[in-house]
Amino acid sequence: MVETRANAFQSSNQSSQAPVQTRPETPKILVEAKNICQSYRTGSGETGPMVLDHVSLTLHEGEIIGLLGRSGSGKSSLLRIISGLVQPAAGSLTYLGEPVTGPVDGVAIVFQSFALFPWLSVLANVELGLRARKVGREEARARALKAIDLIGLDGFESAYPKELSGGMRQRVGFARALVVDPNILLMDEPFSALDVLTAETLRTDLLDLWVESRLPIKSILMVTHNIEEAVLMCNRIVVLSSNPGRISAEIPVTLPHPRNRLDPEFRQLVDKIYALMTKRPEPAPPGREPVQPTHTLAMSLPIISTNTLAGMIEEIAADPYNGSAPLPELADSLQMEIDDLFPVGETLQLLHFAELGDGAIRLTPQGLRFADEEVDVRKQLFGAHLLAHVPLAAHIKAVLDERQNHRARASRFLEELEDYMSDDYAEQTLKSVINWGRYGELFAYDENSATFSLEDPH
Amino acid sequence: MFSRFVSFAYLDRGVRPNPYDFAAFILLLSAFVALAYGSRGLTLPLSAPEATAITLDYAALPYYALRTTLRMFAAMGASLVFTFIYATLAAKSRRAELVLIPLLDILQSVPILGFLSFTVTFFLQLFPGSMLGAECAAVFAIFTSQAWNMAFSFYQSLRNLPRDLVEVSNGFHLSPWQKFWQLETPFAMPSLIWNMMMSMSGGWFFVVASEAISVGNTTIKLPGIGSYLAQAIEMRRIDAVVAAVATMAIVILLYDQFLFRPLVVFGGKFRVELSASQTKEHSWVADLFSRTRWLSAIMTVPVEFLSSLALLRLEPGFLRPKATDKHEHPSRVLDLLWISVLALGSLLALRYVIAFIGNNLTFDDIRESVILTSFTMIRVIVLMVLATIVWVPVGVYIGLRPTLAEKVQPLTQFLAAFPANVVFPIAVVLIVRYQLNPDIWLSFLIIFGTQWYILFNVIAGTTAFPNDLKEAARAFGIKGWHWWISVILPGIFPYYVTGALTASGGSWNAAIVAEYVKWGDVTIAAHGIGAYISEATVAGDYPRIVLGVGVMAIFVILFNRLLWRPLFGLAERRLRLD
Repeated sequence: MVETRANAFQSSNQSSQAPVQTRPETPKILVEAKNICQSYRTGSGETGPMVLDHVSLTLHEGEIIGLLGRSGSGKSSLLRIISGLVQPAAGSLTYLGEPVTGPVDGVAIVFQSFALFPWLSVLANVELGLRARKVGREEARARALKAIDLIGLDGFESAYPKELSGGMRQRVGFARALVVDPNILLMDEPFSALDVLTAETLRTDLLDLWVESRLPIKSILMVTHNIEEAVLMCNRIVVLSSNPGRISAEIPVTLPHPRNRLDPEFRQLVDKIYALMTKRPEPAPPGREPVQPTHTLAMSLPIISTNTLAGMIEEIAADPYNGSAPLPELADSLQMEIDDLFPVGETLQLLHFAELGDGAIRLTPQGLRFADEEVDVRKQLFGAHLLAHVPLAAHIKAVLDERQNHRARASRFLEELEDYMSDDYAEQTLKSVINWGRYGELFAYDENSATFSLEDPH
Repeated sequence: MFSRFVSFAYLDRGVRPNPYDFAAFILLLSAFVALAYGSRGLTLPLSAPEATAITLDYAALPYYALRTTLRMFAAMGASLVFTFIYATLAAKSRRAELVLIPLLDILQSVPILGFLSFTVTFFLQLFPGSMLGAECAAVFAIFTSQAWNMAFSFYQSLRNLPRDLVEVSNGFHLSPWQKFWQLETPFAMPSLIWNMMMSMSGGWFFVVASEAISVGNTTIKLPGIGSYLAQAIEMRRIDAVVAAVATMAIVILLYDQFLFRPLVVFGGKFRVELSASQTKEHSWVADLFSRTRWLSAIMTVPVEFLSSLALLRLEPGFLRPKATDKHEHPSRVLDLLWISVLALGSLLALRYVIAFIGNNLTFDDIRESVILTSFTMIRVIVLMVLATIVWVPVGVYIGLRPTLAEKVQPLTQFLAAFPANVVFPIAVVLIVRYQLNPDIWLSFLIIFGTQWYILFNVIAGTTAFPNDLKEAARAFGIKGWHWWISVILPGIFPYYVTGALTASGGSWNAAIVAEYVKWGDVTIAAHGIGAYISEATVAGDYPRIVLGVGVMAIFVILFNRLLWRPLFGLAERRLRLD
C-alpha cells in the first residue's frame, strides 16, 4: 500500500514536470466530429430549433476534454452523438478515421445516473459488456475482477447496486466502462449526483489512475456543468453556448497534476471561464442565421421559483456584495453549480432586475428597489417587469383582456408554444409563466379546468 | 469400510447436503409426482367412462384439485408466452401497436365466460373425440381471463424502459435477444409478477366455471373441482359443496405459500428503485431453497445454461445495432395504406357479424338485450356503491391500526383469490328455502368475490397514508365528518379507484354466472344480460350469445371510458401523495 502510494507520487511528479511532452508531438486523432448539427423535435413532430449548431471537435490521444455548458447547450447530445448512440442531423463523425454509423466499439460511457442494472450483482454488471461480446466466461470473470480491483471495489463483487452508496455505485459504473478496454471514456456529468466529498474522492482517484497511466483508455471526454471540476481535471475545456449549442471558446489547461484549487493560476482560470460564460452571445456568423425566424414566443423559460429569484436579489443586494457579486464567489457561498446559478441569473437578466457580465452579476436600479420593498410592492414590481419583458406573459394577459369572459384555456397557449419548441420545453415554459404570473398577480390559473382567468376566486 | 466412513466424516462441511436439501428435495419430488399423476388422464377418449364420470367421493377431491391446478398452470404458461410475443410486438412495431393495443383494450372488457360455448365447440372439433379438446377449451377460458392484463403490463414496461439503461445496452452492442433477457424482461418483472398474481386470483373463478359446461346437447365435465361442484349441485349434496369449498381454500393457501410468496420475493430483486425497500417480502419456501447446499450446487448447471442462452447473440451479423436516428421520417404513405387496410378489415368483420346476427334476430332482440344489460349495469353500480359504503370505513378502520392490518391483509387477499362461484350454491339454497326475490338477492353474488379488492386496496391506501398528514390533521383538531371528507378520503382515493376498477371488471364477468344459478333441477334466474347469455348458452343459440356478449362488451367499454378513466386521471393528477 505504502509502496504504491510512493509510486503514485513519483509518477505524478514526473508527468507534472512535463505533462505535454510525454505525449507524442502530433497526438493521434481518435475522434473527429465536423459541423455536427442536431435539432429538437417540436410538439407537432416537425424539426424544431437547433440544439447543436455546426459543432466541430477533435479528440486526441492522451487528453481529457471537458465539455462545459449550461442546460440547453446540447452537451449531452454531443456526447451521445460521439458515442454513436444517436445519429446527428448533419455533419460527419469519424472514429480512427472510419465513419461512425452506430455505437462505437472503442467507446465506453459513464452516466450521471450510474445506469446500473439493479437485478445484476456488481460482478455481473461489470461482466455484462464482456459476456455480450462473446468473451469466454473464465476470461470475462478474470478481467472483471481486475477492473473491480483497479477501481477499488474489491469486497463488493457480490453486492447488488441498491446496497451500495452513490460513490460505490459510480465506481461500478467506472469498472463496467473500463473492463471493455475502451480507447475513449465518455463521462456524462459523472460526479454531479454525488455529494461533495464523495465526488472529490472519485475525481482524485480517477485522476491518479490516469496520471499513472494505469487506465487502458487513451482519452477522456467529460460533460460537466461544474467549472472547477473542469479546470481540475481537463487538459482542454470546450465551452458551449446555449440555444443553439455552439462552441464559444476552447481553453487549454496546462497546470500540472495534481492541481490545487487554491493556486492563484487555478482561480484565475476559473474566473476567466465565468467571464466567458457570462459574455453576451455574439450574433451568429453570417450565413448561419437561425433557420427559424426568431419569434417572441420562441423563448423557453426555466422552472425557477419566485422565492429563489427574490432570495438571489436579496443575497446580491446585501453585504458583502452590495449589488454586484462575482459569480465564482456567489457559486461558492451558495453551493450552487452553474446549472443552477446561471438560469437564475439569466432569468433576473431577462426581467431586467440584474445584468450579467465579466463573470459577475449586478443588480439594476429596479433590482435594488425590489430588494428594499415589502411583499406587496415586490409583487407589483415583479408583475410589471414580467409583463414588459416576457412576451408569453404579455400575450396571455392580452388574450384574457380581450375576451368577454376573461378566460382562456391553457392548451391554446401550449399549442402555440409547441410550434417553437419540444413538448417538454413548452410544458415547462408554460408552468414557469403560470407560477410567475400568479406571483405577479397578472392572472389566475385553475389547475382542474386548466384555464387562465383574470380574477382569483373570492 | 470403517475407514471410509471416517474419511467421509472428514469431508469438508460445505460438501455434505444439509437438512434444507432434504426438505427441498421432498418438495420437488412431490411436485414431479403430482405432475405425472395429474397429466395421466389428459388424452383419454371422450367416450371413456372414467373421462366424464364425476364421483362425489371426498377421497377424489385431492385428485380433482390437482387437475384444476394443473389447468391453471397450463393457462398461466400460455399467458406468459402470449404476453412475451404480443407485448413485444406491440412495443417494437409502431404499425402493430396501432392494432394490438386497442384490441387488447377491447379484449379486456369482453365478458369471457360468454364466449365459452364458442371456444368449447371449436376445440372439440380440433381434437375430435378426445378429452384434450375439452381440456384445451377450459385452459383457453382461463387463459383469456389471465392474459390481457399481463400483456398490457409488459407492454407498458417495455415502453417505459429507463433511458440510461437502454443506452448502456446499446453501447455494449447487446443484440435484441440479449436486450430482451438482460434488460427488458427483468425490468418488466415486478409489474409482470404482480399482474400474474392478480390473474391467478381471477383465474380460479374461471377454472371453476369452465370445467363443467353444457352447450346445446353436449355436456362436458372435466375432472376438477368445478365439475365436482356442478355434480354436487345436480345431486343436491350440500355436504359435497362444503367439501369443495374447503378443498378450494386449501388449494389457494398452498399455492399462496408455494408459488405466490416465492415469486414475490423473486420479483423484489428486479425493482429499479435504487434504495433498499423498507418492506422486505419473506417466504419460507424461498428461504428453504436458498439455504440448500446440494440443490443449489446442482441448480447452477441449468442456471448457467439458461444464462448463456440469454447471452446468445441470435442475430445475423449484418444486423448491427444502429444509432437511433431521430430524423428518420416514418413513411406517411405506408401508414395511410396500413390504416386503410385495417379499416377495411374491421368493416368487413362488422358486416359479417351484423349479417350473422341479422339473419336470425330482429330489432326487438337488440332492444331486449340493451334493456337487460341496463338492468345488469344498475346492479353493478348499486352493489359497487353498497360495497364502497361498507368496506371503505372498515378498510380505513383496519388501515389505521397497523398490527390489525398486518393480520387482516393476507385474509383479504385470500378472499379475493377465492372463487366466489364455489359458494354460489349455498346462496341458492338459502334463496330457495326462504323464497327470496332472485332479482335482488342474486345480485349480491355479483359482488361477492370482487368486493375484497376494494377492501384490501383501501387498507393498503390507509396504511400508506403519510404519518405527518395524520399528525397535522390531529394537531389542527380536524375530526369527524370533516376528517373523512378532507383528509382520509382524498388520501386513499387513488388506491380506492384501483380496487374499485378491478372489482367492477370482475363483477361484470361474474354477472354471467351469478344471474343464472341452479340447485338440482331448480333454476333461479334474475333479469339481466348475464342470465340472457347463460340461457342462450344452454340452448346453444349462437346468434343470441354473440348479441348478448357484444352488447355487454360495449357497455363495459363505455363504463370504463366514461367513469373509470376520468377517475383515474383525477387520482393521478391531483391526489397522488408522493
